[in-house]
Amino acid sequence: MEGLFNADLAHWLIQASYFLAAILFISGLKKMSHPRTARGGVVWAGVGMVIATLVTFIEPHMHNYLLMTTAIFVGGIMAWWTGKRVAMTDMPQMIALYNGMGGGSAAAIAAVELLRVHTGAGLTHEAFAARELAVIGALIGTIAFSGSLIAFAKLQGWQRKVYRFPAQNFVNLALFLGLLVLGFMLARTEFSSNTLYAFFALALIIGIMMTIPIGGADMPVVISLYNALTGLAVGIEGFVLQNPAMMIAGIVVGSAGTLLTQLMAKAMNRPLSNVLFSGFGTGDDGSSTMSVSGSMKSIDAADAAITMAYGEKVIFVPGYGMAVAQAQHKIWELAKLLQQQGVKVFFAIHPVAGRMPGHMNVLLAEAGVPYDLIYDLEDINSQFPTCDVALVIGANDVVNPAARKDTSSPIYGMPILDADKARNVIVIKRGQGTGFSGIENLLFFEDNTRMCYGDAQDVAQKLITGVKAL
Amino acid sequence: MEGFIALYIFMLAAFTGYEVISKVPTILHTPLMSGSNFVHGIVLVGAMVALGNATTAAEQIIGFIAVLLGAGNAVGGYVVTERMLEMFKSSKEDR
Repeated sequence: MEGLFNADLAHWLIQASYFLAAILFISGLKKMSHPRTARGGVVWAGVGMVIATLVTFIEPHMHNYLLMTTAIFVGGIMAWWTGKRVAMTDMPQMIALYNGMGGGSAAAIAAVELLRVHTGAGLTHEAFAARELAVIGALIGTIAFSGSLIAFAKLQGWQRKVYRFPAQNFVNLALFLGLLVLGFMLARTEFSSNTLYAFFALALIIGIMMTIPIGGADMPVVISLYNALTGLAVGIEGFVLQNPAMMIAGIVVGSAGTLLTQLMAKAMNRPLSNVLFSGFGTGDDGSSTMSVSGSMKSIDAADAAITMAYGEKVIFVPGYGMAVAQAQHKIWELAKLLQQQGVKVFFAIHPVAGRMPGHMNVLLAEAGVPYDLIYDLEDINSQFPTCDVALVIGANDVVNPAARKDTSSPIYGMPILDADKARNVIVIKRGQGTGFSGIENLLFFEDNTRMCYGDAQDVAQKLITGVKAL
Repeated sequence: MEGFIALYIFMLAAFTGYEVISKVPTILHTPLMSGSNFVHGIVLVGAMVALGNATTAAEQIIGFIAVLLGAGNAVGGYVVTERMLEMFKSSKEDR
């Protein structure tokens, strides 16, 4: 490669391209934070990525090009294939998976650098505190790697059980202290390869230990946190390799991701420390002192259809059940039919409905529901008392009045959609069990609530038939 | 001074990230998380450098894994983000 360019030109070209890539990443992210420009944003960032990747091939003194291109093609094609095939509902776990890969990659970079130290070859770039930073990046990247994979397994349904044992936080703390000692040895002493392996093994274990006690309901926040951690690890390894594109992109994502994590935790009204250390949504602390009075009353779809068609105002409250059943198209068809009957329809979206903030918006947008029918929690809650029917489609915790009434409930204080204040509440639900968080939902036992059991798509079809039959 | 330049870069990049996504509507939280997940796919570049400079077999194996994972992060992150944002477009055109 050096035959094509003289070294100065190559160096200049690389630095200029990284600079351009950094600008494209930042403006791409900026564009992604507005609905109108969001699509252009990802393309800008994509262009930056392609430029940065291509120009890296002319980095001086490199070899192993065959291995490199093989790895890029194998990894890229596998990710492209899975990313294209995955259903919209499974997007959250795919983000977790790709994020874990990024964290693993950052950790592997650090491993290579530390191996070079071990064998005496020295770091690729002897920069300021490079060895210490390599260790820190390795630690963060490895935790993000194993933690993300557990989050993936949980969302995929491979690991539904939540593991907790006494003094878990103390065990974790002890492991972490051990990790710090090993890290110090790697950063400051002549270490054996066993120390290196033990360090990575321990970091992997900590990532797993941190994630397995966290319940499914908190996974969005956790994934966002690991996303921020991966960004940070990438940025730190950027300092180790003296690579400006990695420094800027990694740190920007690290801080943006941290802010995003805070926003999400706030939307759920749960401090981050609770998410990480108190094991919410595990089911075993879901026992509330408030006894559930009344019973669940069911309704068949035909009656439910009549109730809605003769109402004036119907508010749809979608949740994860709608996503699982892929019912968004049927639901929108139903809403359009009701509109033809002169019913005003609205969609109320809780910030954390589904498995991720904005999850429902994406699905409704896919079905073609216009933005102006979709309302946030603050805008719609005053509408429930005057609405005839609140149709809850597979949503659970986000409409649980326990969050308002029951001080002992784990979700007490979380802002909810006040669906219980509607004149009639119809809940489409697969079975009688509790939701993902394992907390009993008081709404289902209210006098004005009727349960319509079944898969959301089937029920929606029956409702459509019911409305058409009128 | 070199160390301080690194610190300056760190600080300014951190503020940039914070500013760029403050005031983002809830509707875009998931796509934005996915988008930032794609952006840290830049780790691929570092993985290429690490593999490119690897000499021993162990370094080559780990470097290969680094590039493989980094490419997965970048490509997968892009595909998923693109698909999500695709839907925002289609909904607007329907209106």
